Amino acid sequence: MQYTYYPGCSLHSAHKGYDESCKSVFEALGCSLQELPDWNCCGATIYMSNREFTSLAVAARNLALAEAQQQDLVAPCSACYRVLNKSNHYFHNSGELLEKVNGCLAEAGLHYCGTVRVRHPLDVLINDVGLEIIRHQVKKPLHGLKIANYYGCQIVRPEHVFDDCENPMTMDNLFESLGAENVYFPFKVSCCGGMLMTTTENVALRLSKEILENARENAADCIVTTCPLCQMNLEAYQRRINRVYGTRLSMPILFFTQVMGVALGIDEKRLGISRNFYRCERLETIARSASESHYATTVNA
Amino acid sequence: MRIEDIQVPGKLSKTETELRVSFLEHVGMIPGGEKLKACIQCGTCTGSCPVSYAMDIPPRELIALFRAGDLETIFRSNSIWTCASCYACQVRCPAAIKITDIIYALKQTAMERKIYSRKFPVHAIYNAFMKNMRRFGRLNEPRLMTYYFLISGFWKAFAFLPLAFRMAVKGRLDYRASKIKDIKNLRKILKAAEQLDMPVEYEVKPYMESAVGYKAVG
Ligand code: SF4
Ligand code: SF4
Repeated sequence: MQYTYYPGCSLHSAHKGYDESCKSVFEALGCSLQELPDWNCCGATIYMSNREFTSLAVAARNLALAEAQQQDLVAPCSACYRVLNKSNHYFHNSGELLEKVNGCLAEAGLHYCGTVRVRHPLDVLINDVGLEIIRHQVKKPLHGLKIANYYGCQIVRPEHVFDDCENPMTMDNLFESLGAENVYFPFKVSCCGGMLMTTTENVALRLSKEILENARENAADCIVTTCPLCQMNLEAYQRRINRVYGTRLSMPILFFTQVMGVALGIDEKRLGISRNFYRCERLETIARSASESHYATTVNA
Repeated sequence: MRIEDIQVPGKLSKTETELRVSFLEHVGMIPGGEKLKACIQCGTCTGSCPVSYAMDIPPRELIALFRAGDLETIFRSNSIWTCASCYACQVRCPAAIKITDIIYALKQTAMERKIYSRKFPVHAIYNAFMKNMRRFGRLNEPRLMTYYFLISGFWKAFAFLPLAFRMAVKGRLDYRASKIKDIKNLRKILKAAEQLDMPVEYEVKPYMESAVGYKAVG
């Protein structure tokens, strides 16, 4: 299976670990990701919320470039995923709007017909590859690893494309089939504060604190997420949360592809795990253990 | 009845009318935006909002104020700048109102009419973002933050230094911006789009009995 890959700005700078692990996992499962040539920034939530039409035109350039590749577009960053999907939705809804945007794109010799499907890697892994095949590739089952699955907002809301918006289960099912234990985690779709971390810090710190504390109360070894912004807020601001609230949190926050990569027996260096601030000891033990080759058969039996 | 035709009893001030025209123009862009008039004031949105405790005016009241013809009060509050875009309200609204998108429409109106809040320097981030986009076509987070601090107060930068250092140690901070190859054409697209994104002319609608108050919202 082949996909066009849209890394987005944050996967090329502050979240290289997500970029690296995503590519490695797809490769291990026999899917190829080809980076969209000369992609530009999707516009992110801030652009979308303040200057709508311009942001639609900016997103449309990416969609037009992707259309030429004639494959589904995979966007791992929740904000990119949301913005590209939303723009697509607007274009499908109003032909007039698409025409107006095409008028702008024509300045650059581009045209968008509206045929690109924007997908999240989680969606692709579960629905295209399938749990059955993933299970057969497991080299190091995640036995004993307690995971809090954190989906964040923008991949499940407002359109529930591939999962429920109040109680999504795709990631839970994925890690269960990799041998991990999912802890009770009612904060799985709560908001971490997003961009408020820069503008209204006290509000965002409180939201993030609640998520982290709940994961700890439920004895999770780590929080696993799909969103770069959530990862940043929960991980990089943990120290500040400890200072402001007098808590003593040190919760590792990993991308779901990083944890998955360990289970598939991919070398840690190719997953960018060392780029995270907090080490997850149990995961490291699993990564160091010897490969098992009979996992899929034992589960099936 | 179209959303643009909703009027309110009494005479509106010039500012209010202008704000309303601009706001409704943006609401018109949202697929399903016209459902705004179907709000039943149940409060599910406020109850679902993780930041309503910090808002001067919670989401349900925003809609009530719009109906009452008092957008000015909304723009004096911190509400639209406090929304975290989490869409919790939008997916739960029993009347299928696109609340988050409507808050975006309010933000767009504020940006257009240059109603900035000094305490919530979102416009500063936005301007920094714009500059970055025009120059490189991609976002460079450290540069964005630098611009932002220059505009909103450089002392804030000190609090960020330790974090920046930790990021750099992990190879996660890159000050070199990557520029897209076809930046010339992207700038052309931006210019064309911004021209179409200009504020709409404001026009005063004639007073219509049927378009007033609850008659207008059914
Ligand atoms: S949830 Fe919907 S119907 Fe209820 S008050 Fe909010 S906007 Fe109105
Ligand atoms: S989208 Fe904004 S208003 Fe709606 S629940 Fe989230 S923070 Fe509150």
